[in-house]
Amino acid sequence: MNRKKGLTLQKKKLLTGWFFVIPATAFIFLFSFYPMLQAFILSLHRGVGQNLSWNGFANYTRILKDRVFFQTMRNTFVYLIIQVPIMLLLALILASVLNNRSLRFRGLFRTMIFLPCATSLVSYSMIFRSMFANDGFVNTMLRGVGMAPVGWFQSGTAARAVIIIALVWRWTGYNMVFYLAGMQSIDYALYESAKIDGASVFASFRHITVPLLRPTILMTAIMSISGTLQLFDESVNLTNGGPGRETMTMSHYIYNTSFVQSPNFSYAAAVSVVILVMIAVLSFIQMKVGDKRD
Amino acid sequence: MTKGQKAAVYLFLIVISAVCVFPLYWMASSATNNSLDVVRGRMLPGLYLAENFRSILLQQDLFRALINSFRNAIVQTFLAMAVCSVAGYGFEIYHDRAKDALFSVLLLAMMLPFVAIMIPLFRMFSGWHMVNRYMAFVLPSVATPFLIMMFRQAARSFPVEIIEASRVDGLSETGIFLRMFVPTMKATYGAAVTVTFMNSWNSYMWPKVIFQDNNSTTMPMLVANLLGGYTVDYGMLMLGVLICTLPTAIIFFGLQKSFTNGIMGAVKG
Repeated sequence: MNRKKGLTLQKKKLLTGWFFVIPATAFIFLFSFYPMLQAFILSLHRGVGQNLSWNGFANYTRILKDRVFFQTMRNTFVYLIIQVPIMLLLALILASVLNNRSLRFRGLFRTMIFLPCATSLVSYSMIFRSMFANDGFVNTMLRGVGMAPVGWFQSGTAARAVIIIALVWRWTGYNMVFYLAGMQSIDYALYESAKIDGASVFASFRHITVPLLRPTILMTAIMSISGTLQLFDESVNLTNGGPGRETMTMSHYIYNTSFVQSPNFSYAAAVSVVILVMIAVLSFIQMKVGDKRD
Repeated sequence: MTKGQKAAVYLFLIVISAVCVFPLYWMASSATNNSLDVVRGRMLPGLYLAENFRSILLQQDLFRALINSFRNAIVQTFLAMAVCSVAGYGFEIYHDRAKDALFSVLLLAMMLPFVAIMIPLFRMFSGWHMVNRYMAFVLPSVATPFLIMMFRQAARSFPVEIIEASRVDGLSETGIFLRMFVPTMKATYGAAVTVTFMNSWNSYMWPKVIFQDNNSTTMPMLVANLLGGYTVDYGMLMLGVLICTLPTAIIFFGLQKSFTNGIMGAVKG
């Protein structure tokens, strides 16, 4: 960090530096930190519009008794626990396979696997909705191989499975690109000498790729956890939270509490503060665990 | 690797690629079929493209939504590039203890769930009478910690010698940024443009909140609206999805090379 200390930074240059960073800082404070503070203050009130009255922590104690909230929390954690590990492991395997320089058509494979990221979240929700429709493509295929069709959106478990499949489809290539990028900074000679020493493909994956990619893996894990806890578009457009509320995510619940039927901004704000705390705690644990093994 | 292993690797890659590409093929081919054929799982392209197109036009203001989405995404991308690349450059080239600390604070914004700040943002913009205004959509995502970080990493690889030489030549600090940094960082700008344009084009929750009249509908909202009827016309729906996907797909292919290079620069640093 000291490589520019040799410069004599005159006052003018110091001012230029601040002049460069202040617009972005102002935007982030005004449109991220200040609203977050507002959300917290709002969560301690009750009422509609401008008629807010102090409510203490009543919104938070209400959350503890809110069955729907716990249902949506359970759904979100099911997505988190099943989808994130599958997706990251698959992305890591694909990246290490594609990092092999003797492989042909690497660029083509990489492009095809990354392609799902070009679709918007609403779009791919619709694609999966039509593919998994009752007489849709997937059930036609199942019948074709002599299996019973599944009512994908009739049971909570099946509908959650569709969401997980869709998520893995959409995001695996995205994470793979980060791993491929991280692998560029691993000296390729390491793999070649491991090979000469007779190490198996799995051994070099386990002892070279995974340890050296740890910072990138940590970053993708934090991004995925935070993204999964904020799932919204899929819950709204793929299953509409149903059947019942069995696939509804926490963000979908907050949206409904805020803008559908009888809007309750202050309670919704309390729920969103709880999500923020969850993301912060999980990211913190991730960073601690990620650091320890070094 | 033995020949058998090699074959297994290729087979694995081919299967995964097929799984990745098939839903997109499904989308394109369904856009040319009628609803009944789509739900029956017909895989071949059909002859209903024109009819599906007519159905969308009858039901929704497609061109208005396209214009809205393009305007929102272009303005947002332009402002984001200006604000974030300047900030990333500033945080790296003029870094001192105060700016490093400030940068770490800004990174915390990455953790804030959008759903949490959405309600206060909505109240803020309605207080400013900006509901349904496209700037209310654009402003909250002009500066993102991710983009600033990306440009900061890029600035790290920018040679100090160039800056010093330019100063000797009498170029102003802003001049160095505009004439030296910007032209050499094409790959980073390419990646940043791709990410920002796609995020803006695809965003759904915030437009759903801030755009409450039909005139400001965006493409993802239009696609979601196609589900609205009593029965869903899947052929028409898939055509909507296809139209919504084409612009981001084209941008992605156009800038793919600089996108991967840019991400690589960001991760490597």
